[in-house]
Amino acid sequence: MSLELYDGGLDVPTILKKWYESEVQSNYGAFIPFVGTIRDEDGITGLSFDIYEPILESWFEAWQEKAKAKGAMIKMAHSRGDVMLHQSSYISAVFSPKRRVALEFIDEFVEDFKASAPIWKYDLKDGKRIYAKDRSTAIDGSGILGEKL
Amino acid sequence: MIRVEFLGPIQKDPLELDITNLNQLAKILQEDKELSQWLQNSAVAVNDTLVSSLDVELEDGDKVSLLPPVCGG
Repeated sequence: MSLELYDGGLDVPTILKKWYESEVQSNYGAFIPFVGTIRDEDGITGLSFDIYEPILESWFEAWQEKAKAKGAMIKMAHSRGDVMLHQSSYISAVFSPKRRVALEFIDEFVEDFKASAPIWKYDLKDGKRIYAKDRSTAIDGSGILGEKL
Repeated sequence: MIRVEFLGPIQKDPLELDITNLNQLAKILQEDKELSQWLQNSAVAVNDTLVSSLDVELEDGDKVSLLPPVCGG
């Protein structure tokens, strides 16, 4: 499956080492990881995440099938709960036979991840957990229950 | 009965409703003032599959989930 969820911040060196070693003999010519790190901005002490796993899994599986069709493979790790400043909450990586596919695929994959993966982000600020509404994106097809009847 | 779950930041307990389609659910939820800010921007899943129209029949035991705007990473 290659989708990994962890409580709290990600252990980046361990995860990247594990992914690298798991595929080093698989004859992929390119390994492009993306590591997201929480920045010190707007007075936050960290971020916090809720995840709805059943739909995250089916979303990820659909992307894995797309990757497979190009001879590539994706891996992804994400945090649940609180993650403090300068820790990582998200890592994804694409392995492919040649670099071009992986470079393009990581871009498409991360963009759709931001727009569609069922994960909710909260700022940790002044001891409160505040939904990051302004940075969030409505999933395609949203709003049907609000339609005029 | 149909179980309705409100995910992420929608602070609302699940509902158990005796309904047979999503139109009926829309009618019930639109009467709930607490939900007015969420219905316009939430996606809907039936048994963990996203749906894009209200023309969906529901069967006893189905689960409907509301997914508000997302931001992973």
